[in-house]
Amino acid sequence: MTTTHPGHAGGDQPVDLDDPDLSRFDIVRAGARADDIQIVHYEPQVVPGSKAERRLSRTVALFFLLTGVSATAFLAIYIWWPWEYELGYGGDKWYTPLLGVTLGISLLGIGFGILTWGKKLLPKEVSVQDRHEGEVNERDRKITAQTMLYMADELGVKRRPLLGVSLLAGLAPVGAVAAAPLVGGLISQPHKNNQMFTTGFAPTEGGQKVRLVREDGRPIRPADISTGGQITVFPGIEHGVSNKYADSPALLIHLRDADAQEAREANARIGHDDFMWGNFAAYSKICTHAGCPASLYEQQTNRLLCPCHQSQFLITDNAKPIFGPASRRLPQLPIVVDDEGYFVATSDYTETVGPDFWERP
Amino acid sequence: MKRRKFEMAAVPGNVARGVDDRFQMATPLRRLLNKVFPDHWSFLLGEIALFSFIVLLLTGVFLTFFFEPAMTEVIYNGSYAPLRGTPMSAAYASSLDISFDVRGGLIMRQMHHWAALLFMAAIVVHMLRVFFTGAFRKPREANWIIGSLLFWVGFLAGFTGYSLPDDGLSGTGLRIASGIMLSIPVIGSWLTSSIFDGEFPGTIIVSRFYIAHVLLIPGLLLALIGAHLGLVFKQKHTQWPGPGRTNDNVVGERMFPRYALKQGGFFMVVFGVIALMAGLFQINPIWLFGPYEAWVVSAASQPDWYVMFLDGSTRLMPAWEIYIPIGDGYVIPPLFWPTVVLPGVLVGMSVLYPFIEARRLKDYRHHNLLQRPRDVPARSGLGAMAVTFYLVLALSGANDVIADKFNISLNAMTWGGRIGLLLLPPLAYFVTYRICLGLQQHDREVLAHGVETGIIRRLPDGRFVEVHQPLHREDGELEYVGWVVPKKMNRLGALGPAIRGFFYPIEKPAEAPVSPAPPVDSDTERSEITSGERR
Repeated sequence: MTTTHPGHAGGDQPVDLDDPDLSRFDIVRAGARADDIQIVHYEPQVVPGSKAERRLSRTVALFFLLTGVSATAFLAIYIWWPWEYELGYGGDKWYTPLLGVTLGISLLGIGFGILTWGKKLLPKEVSVQDRHEGEVNERDRKITAQTMLYMADELGVKRRPLLGVSLLAGLAPVGAVAAAPLVGGLISQPHKNNQMFTTGFAPTEGGQKVRLVREDGRPIRPADISTGGQITVFPGIEHGVSNKYADSPALLIHLRDADAQEAREANARIGHDDFMWGNFAAYSKICTHAGCPASLYEQQTNRLLCPCHQSQFLITDNAKPIFGPASRRLPQLPIVVDDEGYFVATSDYTETVGPDFWERP
Repeated sequence: MKRRKFEMAAVPGNVARGVDDRFQMATPLRRLLNKVFPDHWSFLLGEIALFSFIVLLLTGVFLTFFFEPAMTEVIYNGSYAPLRGTPMSAAYASSLDISFDVRGGLIMRQMHHWAALLFMAAIVVHMLRVFFTGAFRKPREANWIIGSLLFWVGFLAGFTGYSLPDDGLSGTGLRIASGIMLSIPVIGSWLTSSIFDGEFPGTIIVSRFYIAHVLLIPGLLLALIGAHLGLVFKQKHTQWPGPGRTNDNVVGERMFPRYALKQGGFFMVVFGVIALMAGLFQINPIWLFGPYEAWVVSAASQPDWYVMFLDGSTRLMPAWEIYIPIGDGYVIPPLFWPTVVLPGVLVGMSVLYPFIEARRLKDYRHHNLLQRPRDVPARSGLGAMAVTFYLVLALSGANDVIADKFNISLNAMTWGGRIGLLLLPPLAYFVTYRICLGLQQHDREVLAHGVETGIIRRLPDGRFVEVHQPLHREDGELEYVGWVVPKKMNRLGALGPAIRGFFYPIEKPAEAPVSPAPPVDSDTERSEITSGERR
């Protein structure tokens, strides 16, 4: 039996595989030639039986044994190390690091063992393989093209236009059928219950004004906030303090006298005359840029900073954006104190809360 | 009945024969075993991404056994005492359980997260390699496109995964994502409402992200990675120019056994490094962030690194709102440009780049040889421009932290970023272009005049010149072939071989070659080196 090598990398005589003088490598080389590969350089890196070989074998073995030790350590730690979380400093804090280190070392051991084996113990070689992609078989191209055109001829769509038209007309709706349940199931009307324009502070159906409450649900009296202080307030309704009313939270700020005067004048300029109560003003906490809570209040400058993208709002100028990417004021919540002395919202926010969108105005 | 002796040694041969009888495997298998791969360290960057992806699959499957993708409210009652009694979503509670109540769960979570970061990083560095060396040129444009899509699909995989634990940080990220979707003109509110099933956050987004994260996106990634590798296999790897290397051959090693062994070893090394990182470096400590609450955020809320450039672009964008006075009026919020348009443009540019370049250079030939970045200054300049653009954005994504740590005004950081984004990329282009030309020039100089030896010789007329070692014997210039030109004498073997061994020499050093010194003229007396002036 002989191998032939049509590729132009060959050129030697075909090899007789039954030749007893043939070494295994000769056969390998003949096989490579059949794949247009010439092994042009093949050089053992270590002499068999040499000191260097023994040393490298020991190195590889050491790596593999290291893996064994480390993997065993991993298992032991995994099973016996105290792992359950305890408050404060304790052995359990070492559980994950120890697992990581032992697992890492055992994997690196395998890796470096194999790498040393492959890189140092195996012969170095340089082989050259031909690429054939550049060689275009024009004949085959033509045959394939003609075959495909012939298929089109056989179908005869050109001669029988009715088939083509009816196919399109008939099958296009089937494609839509596949898409319909997906689109139809997912689609959700954004303006259901006017949800994008209302928050939890909207007066109840009975016209009852909604109280401002703290995170724990307690209502707030003016005396609860010291001058210059501020507090996050929520609508005092069911689930008011939850992500269900993610757009509702506001920042209730007790301004100093001078600042409050400035804020009142600014309010008056845009027709928000009665939105403040005394020196108290409430602004939506949801940034009009991307919806993060704009919650870093700088008392000295009366600026509110959103930590996500650094939009800054000037509270004394009706929460006008003065720096950063936000383009809209924070909506103001009109507030008043009710008969029992607690803060309530006179109405919902008069502007849309949260990130801007196409049909918002 | 005579029992035939069972020969153990014949089993593999018989099995192999049986398999080949049925499936005719011998020839294709030989082709596979023989396939030649060129070797260079920079070809391993893509492998890191591949190996990280395998780690992601393995650890990800583990995590699915314990994660509960639901937003139903539960009261946490697990081991982590500081949060006990806190109402939170089931998703967050189960993520805490993975971290504290599943034995070895935390290391799996951290391996998953680190592998994801490494996956994205390896993709980016691999893309830079492919870009700067021109490996995307014909016939490999399709693979370049698949590669750039892999980045964005990986980005989606990362973002959906990051959002799953429903902690304070990821919830804020999700809130911003909903704001980004809202900002899209015309369809924004419909899109957001459809994805979140109503207003943000709704009660279903975690389950939807979950199925996307564990099925749809990995499926897509797997398909793209399969196609990517298949094309590399089919089209054969590119190679650097060099001795014997042409556009029509591949010079390297046959795949088996040495090349494959090295790959396998490298996989284990990547795997091991991920394990070490997961054990030693904490990542995304969700228990510190608390459950997501729409009204809570803290400063220095940064996303994962691959999202940071978009965070930066969002921060730098001026507050330009476009108002369209038709009917009730419509707006295009400023958020739209840096988060929807910019990524869109980036995808388009990266996908189209191979075709743009081919058109500009009118170069429609096959290219299997790589180019050194210096040899294509315009492309390298563009690449440097892109990298600079990216870096300004990524740094701006952390501008609040930089401002805080270095005591710089936050607004100054923002303005610095805005101005830097416009000025630095062209500057980078110019500088890179000049550096490339300089390197080219130097290559040509060395080829023409030889390597600088560091030996200064004084000529009879008093001038000092440096002696150059020519690279060839004949007169005339050597031609530049697109590969490294030796520029140091020890590259030419002027230094004796280094003595091998770490602590002590493991082999006797070969006799160091003695450079042939000029014959000493015994008649002339040695004289001290003087200033040259005769008295």
